Amino acid sequence: MKTQKEPFLKKKWVQSLIASLFCVVLGLLIGYIVLLFINPKGAWDAIGTVVKNFFTYPNPKVALKYFGSTLVKTAPLLMCALSIQFAYKVGLFNIGAAGQYVVGAGACLYMALAWDLPWWICLLGAMAAGAVLGSISGLLKSYCNVNEVISGIMLNWISLYTVNMILSNVKESASPYTYQLASFNPSALIPSMGLGKLFSNNQYVTIAVPLAILMAVVIKIIQDKTLFGYELKATGFSKSAAKYCGMKENRNIILTLAIAGALAGMGAALLFLTGYEQWQCTQSSVPAMGFNGIAATFLGGLSPIGTVIASYFIQHITSGGAYVDKTMYSSQISDLISALIIYLCGFVLFLKYFMNSRIAKREEKASAAAKAAEAASEKESIEPKDVDPNEKGGEE
Amino acid sequence: MENQYAIEMLHITKKFPGIIANDDITLKLRKGEIHALLGENGAGKSTLMSVLFGLYQPEEGEIHKDGVKADIRNPNDANELGIGMVHQHFKLVECFTVLDNIILGVEPCKGGFLNKEVAREKVMALSDKYGLHVDPDARIEDITVGMQQRTEILKMLYRDNEILIFDEPTAVLTPQEIEELMQIMKNLVKEGKSILFISHKLNEIMEVADRCTVLRKGKYVGTVDVKNSSKEELSRMMVGRDVDFTVHKKALAPGEVILDVENLTVESKMHRNNAVKNVSFQVRSGEIVCIAGIDGNGQTELVYGLTGLEGLKEGKISLCGKDITRASIRKRSASGMSHIPEDRHKHGLVLDYSLEDNMVLQRYFEPRFVDKAGFLKRKEIRAYANNLIEQYDVRSGQGPITMARSMSGGNQQKAIVAREIDKDPQLLVAVQPTRGLDVGAIEYIHKQLVAQRDAGRGVLLVSLELDEVMSVPDRILVMYEGEIVGELDPKKTTVEELGLYMAGAKKEGRKA
Repeated sequence: MKTQKEPFLKKKWVQSLIASLFCVVLGLLIGYIVLLFINPKGAWDAIGTVVKNFFTYPNPKVALKYFGSTLVKTAPLLMCALSIQFAYKVGLFNIGAAGQYVVGAGACLYMALAWDLPWWICLLGAMAAGAVLGSISGLLKSYCNVNEVISGIMLNWISLYTVNMILSNVKESASPYTYQLASFNPSALIPSMGLGKLFSNNQYVTIAVPLAILMAVVIKIIQDKTLFGYELKATGFSKSAAKYCGMKENRNIILTLAIAGALAGMGAALLFLTGYEQWQCTQSSVPAMGFNGIAATFLGGLSPIGTVIASYFIQHITSGGAYVDKTMYSSQISDLISALIIYLCGFVLFLKYFMNSRIAKREEKASAAAKAAEAASEKESIEPKDVDPNEKGGEE
Repeated sequence: MENQYAIEMLHITKKFPGIIANDDITLKLRKGEIHALLGENGAGKSTLMSVLFGLYQPEEGEIHKDGVKADIRNPNDANELGIGMVHQHFKLVECFTVLDNIILGVEPCKGGFLNKEVAREKVMALSDKYGLHVDPDARIEDITVGMQQRTEILKMLYRDNEILIFDEPTAVLTPQEIEELMQIMKNLVKEGKSILFISHKLNEIMEVADRCTVLRKGKYVGTVDVKNSSKEELSRMMVGRDVDFTVHKKALAPGEVILDVENLTVESKMHRNNAVKNVSFQVRSGEIVCIAGIDGNGQTELVYGLTGLEGLKEGKISLCGKDITRASIRKRSASGMSHIPEDRHKHGLVLDYSLEDNMVLQRYFEPRFVDKAGFLKRKEIRAYANNLIEQYDVRSGQGPITMARSMSGGNQQKAIVAREIDKDPQLLVAVQPTRGLDVGAIEYIHKQLVAQRDAGRGVLLVSLELDEVMSVPDRILVMYEGEIVGELDPKKTTVEELGLYMAGAKKEGRKA
């Protein structure tokens, strides 16, 4: 079968890349303008710091160590982004990833601290908890037609306070934080397998990072190559067509949200089981990780592989924001700038649409010109009298 | 000398991305004539009328009203010029009365209060003058489609429109109602109105129109005096070749019962009432059974019940002797039921999937296409799709990797037909399989249905097109308000008799 070669600009991944890069630049530009308004003197330095992140350390060894730290926090973000991407392909918007992340954290920390279980069981526990929460949204969606966004948002809060309550049993008496894993149950730490040494002895760099990237590849394969992916995408594109050809669309919706939940829950385990952070049992807002995952998904052009890069980028500027000069800008400024860039990530889809319509217009002009030439040459053949009544007469 | 044209559309060109919908089209409507606009689906009729009605702005060309250049930027401009339109799908507020709908937008007011009495008088006067019988106080949802259409016509007359556009007005009517509409149109012209009548039904054009303009693929083919023309000439102009209107079939040889439906009752999703009431019938091998009826009399729900898209309330369905009343959709499909759905975009295709992925939509799970680990065998799928594409002549831009969305309606339907027939079904359920297709594709699909019948399969055809109902099946079952009210033999019955059944005026067992 002859297949036309697509022009370079029409390739999907090229479009995604251009759109994403454009949004990043635009986000930095607007961030810079905001900084100019607040304090024009330090603006250029500040925006530079955000972009540089760990490169602000002149010593390459130190820089490498902090590169490791950025990677540590990239892993959970990537998992949340994958969770959202996976559901999005089935036509579901898993805003509940934030809550699934929270219950994942709760499950793995409680299993590690209260029951002294090894890391891999805690990891599975986190996935199971996320999956259960995801399937609640899924059940509500498929049997009661409750929008997954609504149930997701409500479950986010329910899970936050439930987890706060449960983890209060395993927190330090003097602080709101849970016990330190390293001293309390070292077997629950995800093994480093020597990865930490590569990053100037950053003990938090573990196999969590390659594990997250591996998951991205697995998701990509499931979506593109398997029967399961074929069914899920069909359900996402057209629920009615999926039903028509006998797919069990309710089962697929529940399964999708369960898997998405497991991914987000796993993300939490990949962070908290490194010991890099402890859970703060008094926190009153849902961790931003799940919501940043939405941005990473769109910035990554809705592809699992693009999501890997986008997650790293978002984590990069978020970490970089922490280095901004606090004497010139209030400490919230780093969040503001990364939020601006993340916000603009939403424009990726819009930009793609814009590019496509531009290309279509150009093509139309070209084809119209071609058709005009064609029409001129065949003008005679459309005259009414030209139709010969005997042309196909002998067909009885 | 006075200008004899009410509307002149001169050299209209309207382009859409990738397509020229109207290419240098000229249409002149004389005062006091019925002018038919004929063309296949996609010929550019609707676009041209939308240009006239101000919904689209043409790239080139001008519109003249009574010889004066008119600038029509939106439907309000069109209204002011006295141009009114009855759309194919009526634009009526369901829960308002007939009178409310007629005055909607031009309500007679006195000090901010509605004065309906003035409106009522005017509407009744118009109704009497043109023989448009309506009940001004009935709600739209309670009245027949015919009366809804009369309401639409009154809406135009109430606004003192001089130029009336009818967009495929007969598609939803029974033969008797069509007859009535023809008379109304003649009355309107007698009173000095000018009518543009869009249709692809040649019989109606021959009966009622004075002149006819034919479009083909966005281009102007010609304008003829209907008196001096013939059905054959018009169809040749429309299609560009001779069309064989007859369906050739082998002699009828019905065999064993394939589908047995007993006392089927299906609840409606919209209303409390049952959409299908206690319906029983059989389909035998080697015959085409057609469910005829006006749209919305339970055909859709009947098919949903049969194919498993909706649950049944009561009844029993057997396929080849096996009870499938409670079977899942996939089970029914595996037991030998193929389904060409009514809405090919909603059900028949995953529009954002490639053609090859759509070709295996009913069998992607078979070991032939998927290995034990759950990975799809892409090579097999490609080969299978290519085979079907060639065999059924499905045309597309990029072959198997073309997005289904970007294909033409006819080829989308061909792809579905290919997929469903290649499953080698015992029973083929085809619901309005030719809807929205051009004459060539219709011919092709009819041939495929007949081929299935001749090969000893059972075919259940659901159709709203009278021509199709009369020519394709071996038996006709007429559905009216969820019940089968009559069984007819297409060879012995007439369109008039069929119409009486469709309208519910006649029922089996108590023939007049």
